[in-house]
Parts: sequence; C-alpha cells; structure tokens
Amino acid sequence: MKQIKFTKEHEWVKLDNEHVYVGITDFAQKQLGDVVFIQLPDIGLDFKIGEEVAVIESVKAASEIYAPVSGRIIEVNEILNDSPDIINSDAEENGWIWKMAISDFSQLDNLMDKSEYSSFVSEN
Amino acid sequence: MNSRSRAHSFKSAVNSNKETELNTQSLIFELGSTEKSGVDIENCEFSSNLIGESLRNKKIGLPGLSEPEAIRYFVNLSKKNYSIDEGIYPLGSCTMKHNPRLNEKLARLDGFANLHPLQPVNTIQGVLELMFELSKNLLEITGMEAVALSPAAGAQGELCGILAIKQALENKRENRSKILVPDSAHGTNPSTAALCGYEIESVPSNPSGRINLDILIEKLNDKVAALMLTNPNTCGLFENDILKIAEEVHKRGAYLYCDGANFNAIVGKVKPSSLGIDAMHLNLHKTFSTPHGGGGPGSGPVVVSKQLSSFLPVPMIKKINDKFEIIENENKNTNSFGRLKAFHGQVGMFIRAYSYILSHGSDGLKQVAEDAVLNANYIQSKLKEHLTVKYPGFCMHEVLFDDQFLKGTEVSTLDFAKAMIDKGIHPMTIYFPLIASGAMLTEPTETESKKDLDNFCEKIIDLAKKAKEGNRNLFSSSPTKAVLGRLNETAAARDLILTYSE
Amino acid sequence: MRYLPHTNKIRQEMFEEIGIKNIDELFVDIPKGSLLGEEVGIPKHKSELEVENILKNISKKNISVSSALNFIGAGAYYHHVPAAVDHIIQRSEFLTSYTPYQPEISQGTLQYLFEFQTQISLLTGMEVSNASMYDGASACAEAVLMAQRVNKRKKVIYSGYLHPHYIETSKTYTKYSGVKNIFLPLNTNSKSEDFIDHIDEDVCCIIVQNPDFLGNIKNFNDLSEHCKKFGVLLIVVVTEILSLGVVNSPGSIGADIVVGEAQSIGNNLNFGGPYLGFFSTRKKFVRQMPGRIVGQTSDVNGNRGFVLTLSTREQHIRRDKATSNICTNSGLCSLAFTIHMSLLGEEGLRRLSKLNHIKAVNLSQKIKDIDGVSLVNKNFFNEFTISLPKSATSIIDSLIDKNILAGVPLTRFYPNREDLKNYLIIAVTEMIDDQQMDNFIAALRGELI
Repeated sequence: MKQIKFTKEHEWVKLDNEHVYVGITDFAQKQLGDVVFIQLPDIGLDFKIGEEVAVIESVKAASEIYAPVSGRIIEVNEILNDSPDIINSDAEENGWIWKMAISDFSQLDNLMDKSEYSSFVSEN
Repeated sequence: MNSRSRAHSFKSAVNSNKETELNTQSLIFELGSTEKSGVDIENCEFSSNLIGESLRNKKIGLPGLSEPEAIRYFVNLSKKNYSIDEGIYPLGSCTMKHNPRLNEKLARLDGFANLHPLQPVNTIQGVLELMFELSKNLLEITGMEAVALSPAAGAQGELCGILAIKQALENKRENRSKILVPDSAHGTNPSTAALCGYEIESVPSNPSGRINLDILIEKLNDKVAALMLTNPNTCGLFENDILKIAEEVHKRGAYLYCDGANFNAIVGKVKPSSLGIDAMHLNLHKTFSTPHGGGGPGSGPVVVSKQLSSFLPVPMIKKINDKFEIIENENKNTNSFGRLKAFHGQVGMFIRAYSYILSHGSDGLKQVAEDAVLNANYIQSKLKEHLTVKYPGFCMHEVLFDDQFLKGTEVSTLDFAKAMIDKGIHPMTIYFPLIASGAMLTEPTETESKKDLDNFCEKIIDLAKKAKEGNRNLFSSSPTKAVLGRLNETAAARDLILTYSE
Repeated sequence: MRYLPHTNKIRQEMFEEIGIKNIDELFVDIPKGSLLGEEVGIPKHKSELEVENILKNISKKNISVSSALNFIGAGAYYHHVPAAVDHIIQRSEFLTSYTPYQPEISQGTLQYLFEFQTQISLLTGMEVSNASMYDGASACAEAVLMAQRVNKRKKVIYSGYLHPHYIETSKTYTKYSGVKNIFLPLNTNSKSEDFIDHIDEDVCCIIVQNPDFLGNIKNFNDLSEHCKKFGVLLIVVVTEILSLGVVNSPGSIGADIVVGEAQSIGNNLNFGGPYLGFFSTRKKFVRQMPGRIVGQTSDVNGNRGFVLTLSTREQHIRRDKATSNICTNSGLCSLAFTIHMSLLGEEGLRRLSKLNHIKAVNLSQKIKDIDGVSLVNKNFFNEFTISLPKSATSIIDSLIDKNILAGVPLTRFYPNREDLKNYLIIAVTEMIDDQQMDNFIAALRGELI
C-alpha cells in the first residue's frame, strides 16, 4: 500500500517509489465548492516547502497550493485543464495535481497520517 | 444640448413579463445585419486612398440596426435592470443614492460636453474655473491642503495617494517596504499597495469591529510606509481611536491613507484633516452622487496634507494673474510622481459633482451625512430583533448584519438575497466585509424616504420569519419573479463564452 | 432641500424609533474636537435655477468645438453622436444601476457588455475583450503589466510614436513592477523605427501605436514576425478606434494585446473624460487580463443569460494578487459605444471611416499646396502632421481669433523639443464640411503671408 500523508493546508502527499503525487483533500474541495480552474506549475521547476506551486479557483475564491515537501516538478495532471471538476469528484485519487521528485524522504515524517488529519479537521 | 426629460414606465426588472422577455432575448448579433445601418452616411468611394498596404481587406462582421430597431432593443434590454430610480438599492459600501437630473443636464451643456482636452487654454477658461472651484470646495470640505482631480475612480485614487506617499518617502531617502491594511478593507487597498511594490500586512479587527490598536502598534515599525484605513470602516463603524491611530502611525514615520469610500457618512460634519489623515480619495460617484452607470464611470480625486502636496500627479490647474493654466507636463524640477491617465480627469463627473455641491451647500451636505446615518440606524433599529447585527450599538451610514439569524434554517445569505429579489428589492452587499460570516452590509443612503425604509424593513422581516419557519424551498428556488432564475456561474467560468459566435 | 425626503417631523419620529434625542448621539464615536460646531465654509444650498445659471455662465466662458472649426485630435476626436445614444444612456435602468453583481436583475447591463466585448473583439481582430477600462492610457499601462505577468521578462520597449500621455501613464504604473522601460525617440522623418536592434530574449513587450501619434499608418508585419521569434509580446495601441473601419485589424498582423481609446464612437469629448478604454487579447492570456469580464451561461431553467466571470482575477477576491486594482470602469461609456456601433453596423462604420479619410486626404492636399508647408505622413487615416515655416503655437493662437481650433502643436507635449516647434497635428472628421475646410486653408494662408 502506498503511503499517504496530509498537511494542515489540506493537501495530501502520496509516495510512489521515489516520487510523490500531491493534491488537495476531499475536505478542501468541499470547502472550495465547484472548482473551475487550476493553474498548474511548469515542469522542471524546483520548489521548497511552503512555496506557492499552484492556484486552484472556484467561482468566488482562489486558493494557493503550497509545496508540502521540497522537490522538482516532473509531471502535472494535464487532464485538469479541461476537466477541473475531477477535483470535486475525485480529489484524492484522479484529482492529483502534480508529481514531484524528492530527495529527502524524511520530509514526509513531519506530515500527518490519515487519522491525525481526520482529527485535525474535526478539531478545526 | 439639453437633457430630455423622458416619460417612461419604471417597469421593474423584477416583474418583466415573459412575452417581452422572448422579444428581447436575442442579441444585436442575431437581430441585425452587416448591410443595415441606423445612420445615414454618404457612401463615398476612394478615388485614391492614403491608407496604404494596411487597407482593411476583411469583413469585420458587425451587425447594424435601424434606429427604431435599436431603440426598441435597448429599451427592452434596459427593463432587465434594476435601478435606484425604481426602488431602494441598499448596497453597502457602494452608496446608491439618487442622482439629481440637473447634474445630467448641466454636464451636457455645449460649453462643457463639447470641449476638446487639448484646446488652447484661453478657449477653456470656464471649465478650468469650474475645476479650480471644485478643488477649492473639496479642500474646504475636507480641510486638506491640496487636491489631484485626475484619478479616474476610487482605485486609481488609492494608487495616486500611495504613489504620492512612496514618492515622499523616496524624497526623504527612506526605504519602507510594507503597508498595513485592516482585515475588513476593500480589496482595492491591498491590490493598490501591491501595484506600488509593497508587501501587505493584514491587521485584525477587534471585537467591536474596529482595527485592533494593540496589534497595529505592534506591527508599526520603520519598515511600514503607510496604514490604509477606511473611515467610517466597511463595518459601517467610525474608527473611534482614529486620533490615537494617526498619532502612532506618524510617530513611526509612516503615513495615514484614508479610503474615502464612506465619506458620505461624515461629509459636512467632520473635516478629515482634523483626524490626522495624510491622504484620502473621494469617490465623486458615491458621496457626490455622480451616477454609477452600471459600473462606471467614476471619479476619484485625492486630497492630501501639506507634506504630500508637492508629490501629486499632473495635470494641475493653477490660477496665475486671474488666468487659469494647466500644468500638464512632468517637470524635472518638481516632485510630482507623474501621470495617471490621458488628459485632465473625469471632467464630466466634475461638473455633476460641482452642481451637487452647489445645490446642497454647507447646510445640505451636513444634512446628507445626518440623514444617511439616521436612515441606517433606523433600519438597524427596525431589524435588530429579526436579523443579527454584527456589532451592536449605533452605526454610521450602513449597518452590518451577519448570518447568525439564519443558523439552522439551511438558508444561506445568498439565498436570502435572492429571495429579496422576488420581493422587488435589490439585495444589500453580501459576503463583504470578509470578517462577518455571511455578511449583509446594508446602506440605505439619505435619499430614501421613511415610507420606503418601512416598506423595506417590512419585507426583510417577513423573509426572516419565513426563513426561521423552515420555508427553505422558497429561498433555494428564488428568484422566480425576475427575468431569469439563478444563473450557473460555475459553467460560465469553466466553459468560457466571452464573445458572440453563431 | 429638494433631494432629501425627510421633514423635521419625520426625523423626530425616527429619532424616537432609534431612541435618541438629537442626531449627534449617532456621531458619538467621532472625537469631540473633530465634530464641526459650524457648517463648512461654502455657501448654503441653492435652487435648481440658481445652480443652472451659475454653471451656464461658466460654460459660456469656453469656446466649444461645435461653435468653432475644430481640427484638434491627438487622442480625442470630435464626431457626431446620434441622438438615440444619449436618449438611451439616460434611461434610469442604465444610468442609475450599479455594477451587475446580482445577475438576475442586471441582465440589461450584462448583455450589452457582452455585445460590447464582441464588438471590440471583432474590430481589433482579437479573441477576447474585457468590459472596459478607464481610458486608453491606463489600458495601455495595464497591458504592459499584463505582458509582464505573461512572460515574466523585464524589458519594455515603447515606440517614440506612442501618445505621450500613454507613455507617461505606463511609466507611472510600471514604476515599481520591476521592469526597465526603454523609450525610443520621436522623430519627424518618416523612417521606420529600429525595433529589431532592441529585440532580444529579455524583452517582455513592445508597444506601438497605429495610426501613430503623428497620424501615420504603419505596417507592423515584420515587427510582429520578429516578436514571435523572440517570444516578445506585441502590444498595439489604437487611439482612434474609427480607423479600424478601413485599416487592417491589429489581430490580423499578429498583435498579442490590443488596447486603446474608444471615445470616438458614442461619446462626447467632455474635455478629456470620462472616456472609454478598451482591452483585448488572445484567449490563452485571458486569466492575466485586468478588469471585469462578462460571460455567457444559462439559468436554472436553461435560458441563456450573462454573468460576471473570471472574478478570481479581480481585487475584490484576489486582493494583493489581483491582476489589477481596477473596480469601477467605464460602464455607461461602453453602453454609448455599443448603441452607436449597433446603429452604424459594419456598413455605417465603413462609410464613416471612409468619409473621415477622404476629408483628411482632401485637407492634406490643400495644405500641402501652401508655400512653406509640408506633410510629414505618407499614409494616414483622419489625422496628419504638417511642418510650418514658423512656430505652430503662434499660428494656433492667432487662428483662435478666426474661430478656428487649428490642431495641436507638438510642443504642447514636448515643450523642450526646439526641433518640433513648427509641427502641428491636424485631425479632420465628418464634422468639417468643404466650405469650412476652405475657410481654414484661407486663414492658414493668411497667417503665413
């Protein structure tokens, strides 16, 4: 089973060999409402933890998505350009936003696991 | 040219019947034809043309209509709009008040409407006199030292003020990188500050809806260029610590910029100069009632204190030996930060605003502020038991409700607003300011009669009752009596159709 | 006071409802020393008749273009506006409505804005257009900022033939955006500008005007090709939108952003404002565009309708990350444009454009025949520049006495350019008839004897 972690910014990070997939959580998509556009990052760019990577927009709001871990963008989910609604229907699987190569896997240790995230959400 | 007084029925956009709707659903692009024209112009053929190789060789595709068709089209289209002339338009922060028709008439006088901005100054002494007199009036009303008339609207006024501040700081060789903005601010404030290269730091509000003074003082340091403050603020409350705020801001070498969008609450009652304000824009389309015209044009003159006066943009109108001159070119010897737009500003709006000021006079302007505040408090008093007032106590020209009263009803602020449409009234500003949950910012303005306020309150109370009675469908399905039902904004943003195509 | 509905008796009733004795109880938050004890120092209120007389008297101190022979252009043009335009824009429903935030009761405004966007897009040959900007100069400045967002480059090149106010406004707007502005010089010889030398991969955008400030119509095909090669955005400014009736659209030569002033259609001169800035671009850049945009959609019953869309670009949602701080735009001016353009239609527009050009050609030929006068332009639309044997300012000053507004001396914009002092920009529109043209020529000859 692939390891999945969560951030306080409501992103998920899924480890797949030496890469991670990043997306927003189902809770986050519900907060946003109907997603109409995702501004994807350029492939090949490096990001450090906390830097703005992508922007996700609903009709009345725009939210920046920050890098949950440091690394390089190696792929983006191009399908989202034509079908941003996948974020609403399938945020945590087919709604992945970018794929990142990371060198330091210990970064993931600081993130929450599923049950920690669930209680984080219910507390807030 | 005279403005024509027209008799037409103020048939509300809300009650427009289905038959007219069918007739007017079409676009010009579906009704007209490229061969048809509503203007008779001789068809001259080029004997020789000097356009050269850029001569247009393709059709444009612009349809035309005869005059009767055009008039009918636009008149029917107009009926799909709600307007202040039909009923209360209580958009908080927007100030939808009556637009005196005299002002329209005067702006259309041949000696104003038909002046070219580049005429020699001795042919335009009248309009320069008007701009000079308007400036003098705005300075007397605000108590400030100098004014720039040219900003095109409030947001450009903000740009003007912040650029003047930045220029003043540069002149003092001070490098300050930050601007503080309360969390209740208009979006234009942080946006303007960013345009001027500043970092924006948000200052939270305190439990009474004013800026949190302690946190403000904490955040003030020698990196802060200015605080942008709206006063009265966007919660409809006067920043009662204003003198202390100004003192603290100045103590740290920063400037106090005031967003004057709500000046209509205090015009003629308070001079902003006495509040320690360094720069402020005036929305002529709010306080001085030039019409909003479906979103513009506006006009946003900026008044400043003495220390900022030399940094204002060109053009400036000066009176030299009884003759009016335009200072319009950037002179290397002055501190002016430059130019904000072509020519001299929204002159058509200056004429209307000057007419408004002359009509009201010192006594009328004071009464404007008093009645605006009276009307908002009257609404608050009538509605406080039925809606929830975000910050109890007297308000200024607008009252802020939140959505606590809708708790458990499954009716949202948006639903409530849409249900107001079916009652024949325009909703208030919703979801702004951001600090109130499901905000309903309500500004009646001074030109509403008590009867109209009572009628408004009655309808709101009725809706609030219905919401609490669990009449959820009524809200979620509304509006049903408007020209159209709720529109799919998600589809509009996902599949962009921004121009007509067959 | 005629604009205020309350009588004192009513005010008293309202005081009682609120629970106050006098109005100043509501102003309690205002610092004591700041609340004015007396009224501000302007005269008391005046009757409608009094105000009307005051403003009429002031207006009579001006010489209007309608009472003189006007040849002034340079970014603002005197054209005929059909009576229907002013009638419609004064309808309450258009004049006294707000920004269409509640689409169900604002379809009137939203639909004409959609038509306006379409008309502008067709004229400029671009894919999308916004619902208006303040004026051409601020639209130009916003175009430069947008180009920076699109390609993130740092060098901006301005043609020397761009309207000086547009240059100055762009300078102001880009002051802190981190670009290096390069301003090419204005010359009165007809040699084309050497952009190619300046183009490299650091250049963000090039701004050219067509017809340019001196009235020249230029062909930017080569420049456009070159821009493409280096990823430079080409911004084309049009200050006389009527020219697009007979001149190829900027879109057809590959412009990336087309901005300008649309006052000429439907709007009075108004001594410089309010005017109508327009802004159009390619669809792929639409999310970087400033200003409001109207989009088509449908309502719950499947009926076509219009809404404000892509609002996440705007200040009220995006705040410090918005594409622009603009909020209020030129709504009613765009309505005037849309009505006038609908009346003209393609046929009317082409006829009007041709008429303007023919008149300008006629006048230019007559002027050329005057001894000592020469024409700067080879190709032009309804405006051209001449060189005179003496100072242009002195000539326009003396022609005022003959009720002629003869044009704009270049030194009005370039007061320190001694080499430009004999140059005059002259515009001719449909408002000038043949007799008036001859009167102008005779008067000009008289000045030059």
